[in-house]
Amino acid sequence: MTEPCDRTASELGELLRAGELSSVELTRSCLSRMDALEGRLNAYLTRTDELALEQAARADERIRAGGAPAVAGIPLALKDVLSTRGIRTTCGSRILETYVPPFDCTPWTRLAEAGSVLLGKTNCDEFAMGSSNENSAFGPVRNPWDLERVPGGSSGGSAAAVAAGEAVWALGTDTGGSVRQPAALCGVVGLKPTYGLISRYGLIAFASSLDTVGTFTRSVRDAALLLQAIAGHDPTDATSLAEPVPDYLAALTGDVRRLRVGVITEAFGEGVQPAVAASVRAAVDRLADLGADVGEVSLPHTDYALSAYYLIAPSEASSNLARYDGVRYGLRVPGRDSVEMMARTRGAGFGPEVKRRIMLGTYALSAGYYEAYYGQAQKVRTLIIRDYDAAFERYDVLVSPTSPTTAFRLGEKVDDPLAMYLSDVFTIPANLAGVPAISVPVGLDEQGLPIGLQLTAPVLREDLLLRVADALERELALDLRPAFVR
Amino acid sequence: MPVDIDIEHVARLARLELTPEEKERLAAQLGMILEHAAKVGEVATAEVPPTAWAIPRANVLRPDEPRPSLPVEEVLANAPEVAEDRFKVPRIVEVE
Repeated sequence: MTEPCDRTASELGELLRAGELSSVELTRSCLSRMDALEGRLNAYLTRTDELALEQAARADERIRAGGAPAVAGIPLALKDVLSTRGIRTTCGSRILETYVPPFDCTPWTRLAEAGSVLLGKTNCDEFAMGSSNENSAFGPVRNPWDLERVPGGSSGGSAAAVAAGEAVWALGTDTGGSVRQPAALCGVVGLKPTYGLISRYGLIAFASSLDTVGTFTRSVRDAALLLQAIAGHDPTDATSLAEPVPDYLAALTGDVRRLRVGVITEAFGEGVQPAVAASVRAAVDRLADLGADVGEVSLPHTDYALSAYYLIAPSEASSNLARYDGVRYGLRVPGRDSVEMMARTRGAGFGPEVKRRIMLGTYALSAGYYEAYYGQAQKVRTLIIRDYDAAFERYDVLVSPTSPTTAFRLGEKVDDPLAMYLSDVFTIPANLAGVPAISVPVGLDEQGLPIGLQLTAPVLREDLLLRVADALERELALDLRPAFVR
Repeated sequence: MPVDIDIEHVARLARLELTPEEKERLAAQLGMILEHAAKVGEVATAEVPPTAWAIPRANVLRPDEPRPSLPVEEVLANAPEVAEDRFKVPRIVEVE
């Protein structure tokens, strides 16, 4: 039986406006699903049940009065790197275990003003660094499709919550694939927009030149709705884009005739699970059936993107995370002097992956090595952008698997950072180039685990991404829900 | 070849206290990761300009108008140690 918490936001919005369902009922449905599953999933770090019910009651009044925004009354989860005033925000780290932000991030400010309902803050890899959610200081999240497997990361909690009906939709962040990869592994839609389309104000920084806020939804239409509510210029983020925001719902025409779809050659090589490659190829055939012009395209520097990313992201992280010094917020471990206090605080407060990246970044930026590592990586970034520019001269959107494999087992890659990093090999290039990309479910592998297809479009062409993704979703008409919640 | 790193020096720069086991593990892991990352040198030739931001914005300014700041109590509420509306830190300067 389908509970309200299992439906799409678009369907729920209609039921709310028709008076057939109240936001309070819907919110209770999500909260009871959380009561039933959280003991096993661990998708949430903080629940805000009382606040959610208050916000739902207010949303019901607004909806009854008429003219409420599309997101009003729809229960949402926020990744715990997004600041929420008065609500603990931990980044999945011991160092911020008790931190309560004195301000809201802009995406939540906009959603709250539009009558959105906050269910809580979701678990994630510490400071969004990871691809399996096993780097959270508060325990891993489990994949609702198979509790022995990871949900992906770093926004694993948001992905699992949406897949399991513990939220109708959710926000995450994507620095190298942290929205798209968990969306693929949990069988939901994950959108990483153009860098700067959604404000980063109040997003606790990991790698500032790559960080984006993204959405987790059960349908492409929902992704368009949620994006519409939070996209657009914000004067409090200097990297926020000033361009006007188009009507994303209007892009969902279902028509992909004559649209040029380029399949990325490099994304079907060694290391890609055969079922993933087959499923993505089959989905591309369906786009061709719908009238799209399909061809192959090479992004020759794909191999170098991962190397560049693992210099650029840790370098920026080592600088951004210098602020956790035991002075203004977070943990403090006493020492004889300030320097010892800082070193002890950071040694005790950060987990292994965060330490690894701080060390890597500090080394790459240190005297004598800067040019050989960071400087060279920034040049590769130029080459990646040129690859995309050339590809987009011939194609409107590009296709690849989102991740080379479906969900892997807990513990499988924790001791091998390079193997873990490879999980993001197809998602990282879009962050380096700032272009938008979306992951849509296209099937299940032989073990019944979800497979994601990634579409990439030129800067600010979210309309194209959503149009193709929506057409594909309608054509495939999959009803992907884990047996666990049926 | 894995890269050889002076872990003590980097940890000091990063203000990060590490256990002997952590140092040993990090030396091995970072050496491997950097060996892989050094691949960027294969294509990053002199004629390729570096990119710091994929979508650059120049001179982003806001009007210089006074605005209310965050409430002092709320900001200090997160501090590990506070004295007279200030963040309190251990001694920084040696006293003779």
